[in-house]
Amino acid sequence: MTELVDSTNSSESYTMTESAVPNISAGDGPLKMTTRNVDVFYGDKQAINGVSIDVTMDNVTAFIGPSGCGKSTFLRCLNRMNDTIPIAKVTGEITLEGEDIYAAKMDVVQLRARVGMVFQKPNPFPKSIYDNIAYGPRIHGLATSKDELDNIVETSLQRAGLWREVQDRLQDSGTALSGGQQQRLCIARAIAVDPEVILMDEPCSALDPIATAKIEELIHELRGKYAIVIVTHNMQQAARVSQRTAFFHLGTLVEYGVTSDIFTNPTQEKTRDYITGRYG
Amino acid sequence: MNSAVAFAEERNPTDWQSDAMQKRIRKRYASERRFKALGLGAIVLSAGFLAFLLIVMVGNGLRGFTQTELPVEIDFPAMTGGASPSQFVGANGSANLRSLGVQDIVSTSVQIQYGEQGTELFSAGSWQTVQAAILDNPGIVESRTTLYLPVGSEIDVAYKGDGNASAEKTVEELKDQLSTGFNSNFLFNSDATDPMQVGIWGALKGSLITMFITLIIAFPIGVFSALYLEEYAPKNRFTDLIEVSINNLAAVPSIIFGLLGLAVFLNLFGLPRSAALVGGLTLALMTMPVIVISGRNAIKAVPPSIREAALGIGASQMQVVFHHVLPLALPGILTGTIIGMARALGETAPLLMIGMRAFIATPPGGIVEPATVLPVQIFLWSDEVNRGFVEKTSAAIIVLLLFLLTMNALAIYLRNRFETRW
Ligand SMILES: Nc1ncnc2c1ncn2[C@@H]1O[C@H](COP(=O)(O)OP(=O)(O)OP(=O)(O)O)[C@@H](O)[C@H]1O
Ligand SMILES: [Mg+2]
Repeated sequence: MTELVDSTNSSESYTMTESAVPNISAGDGPLKMTTRNVDVFYGDKQAINGVSIDVTMDNVTAFIGPSGCGKSTFLRCLNRMNDTIPIAKVTGEITLEGEDIYAAKMDVVQLRARVGMVFQKPNPFPKSIYDNIAYGPRIHGLATSKDELDNIVETSLQRAGLWREVQDRLQDSGTALSGGQQQRLCIARAIAVDPEVILMDEPCSALDPIATAKIEELIHELRGKYAIVIVTHNMQQAARVSQRTAFFHLGTLVEYGVTSDIFTNPTQEKTRDYITGRYG
Repeated sequence: MNSAVAFAEERNPTDWQSDAMQKRIRKRYASERRFKALGLGAIVLSAGFLAFLLIVMVGNGLRGFTQTELPVEIDFPAMTGGASPSQFVGANGSANLRSLGVQDIVSTSVQIQYGEQGTELFSAGSWQTVQAAILDNPGIVESRTTLYLPVGSEIDVAYKGDGNASAEKTVEELKDQLSTGFNSNFLFNSDATDPMQVGIWGALKGSLITMFITLIIAFPIGVFSALYLEEYAPKNRFTDLIEVSINNLAAVPSIIFGLLGLAVFLNLFGLPRSAALVGGLTLALMTMPVIVISGRNAIKAVPPSIREAALGIGASQMQVVFHHVLPLALPGILTGTIIGMARALGETAPLLMIGMRAFIATPPGGIVEPATVLPVQIFLWSDEVNRGFVEKTSAAIIVLLLFLLTMNALAIYLRNRFETRW
């Protein structure tokens, strides 16, 4: 199954209508999020140009592409983190479970609880490990008792593969952990609010190979429980952890398909150049 | 590859041992040493000024906490016609004492001991010391008792080594009897015309009340303005204008705020003159811009990644602000607040404009009662002709500096408590 966006020409993809893009879904399994003709502008500058993509529940989706092509920008549209940038403007349609997330009645706060995010640089709160995890459940009222909260903290840390390392020092500061541990702490923090989708923006870019391996393992385990979208610069990583890959170039989606196909048999020349390292 | 080779051929290898290079290195070290010496010099100079100030102030000021005394023997049983100690305890104690006529008893005793002109040796309010002594220990009225009473201001100054000729002579005569005692009046009294009777308590209390009002008005308004401007306000012309205005306000001379207070609080709202409330409000106007500016800087310094982290798990803007931004910015905000408060504490000019320069002989009982504050009191005393006020001025300055030190110590304590370890 090789389903692709049939156009690499930005002006063409910009004018695509929904019916004209049959190949935006590279998925089987239930649809989680869909985007149609998403444009993002920073002031006058267009950073994303008519991107339509489907994110499915059962697959890990990887976004790859050269630096500055708009991967982070597009990812941040999916939980409306771009709202925090005053000059950013998003048009087009993005849905979560069929609901338009940019609709006026959409509650952004709740959306961000449902679509969690892990950032490129680990950013634990300067609070204890326990409070880092417990913060989300607390503000959303997910636990009714201390025991329940303790339980959430423990299972989240276990799922993030950090429990064994920190179980004796839950009251230590989250910032006192190593970089890899901090990143797993951030993942645990995202899991703790029980999201439906987890967005990861280059979660391993600051980590050594061992910590990276741990996080990749973690992504494997989380697959199926959450819809996962990951941005990465590391081709091998994309190949290892994802089942679907989207290649971005200069703000447009060049190719989207099954990961193994993209890496072994890309249909677009640009994709081929990029993954073989001949890009630029 | 080619270009790299060409590049290597163009350049000679750097000779780190060459004379020119050595000279440059020596020059660099020399300029480094010069810079260090300059910095050290600047610090020594300012430390010197500070030490000079402190030594002079403490040297002069400590004398303000002492008073010169002469012993007076009072034959209570004879003079009071046999008053019993029980009269002077309980609720009616001070009323009974007043009807006793302590002032006359004291002047008679003094005249017996030091002759007809004896009363002139003593401070006009010295009988109050006797009154206080009786209240303190009513038992003394049962016997002949010797009490040490404060001498007049001129003799006091002369005994401390700075008097005029006639006072010097008196001191010479009474040398054996004069002694130095702790001046408790200074801590518990308010302003008075006699320097032996003045005290700092009224001004200190006025300062405390004024600072309290300044703090509770300026701190919340300043912090909320800073939070709103940083976290909520859109960035546009209008907010730029507000920012510029606030920066300008912080630089406006304080006396202008006094005029503003006069025009708004006294004339427009009709609040009472000289009141701590008006003083506090006026100083709050002055302090607020400082808090806003330092608050904004502290809030800006909170890393955006923390905000994103909180937003990313579904915290609302307000939760982000109150759970994360404010706690992290608080040490910086507190530092700015204390700087602003310290400036307000030492401010005289705006308070003169709203009438806080009156002679206030009783400590203020509330926020709308006439009050004075430490710097104004210092200013008023420094203006007095009576030499007895010189040391009182210095003593008041010591109290002001101690107040300031306490405030700063509190700020450092709070800052360390709230400081987050990263
Ligand atoms: N806050 C912003 N304001 C203005 N322009 C921005 C902003 N953030 C990103 N851009 C621009 O949008 C384009 C896409 O940026 P984006 O961060 O999405 O790239 P990316 O694909 O994530 O790159 P990288 O792989 O280096 O992280 C870039 O040209 C960038 O300069
Ligand atoms: Mg990026």
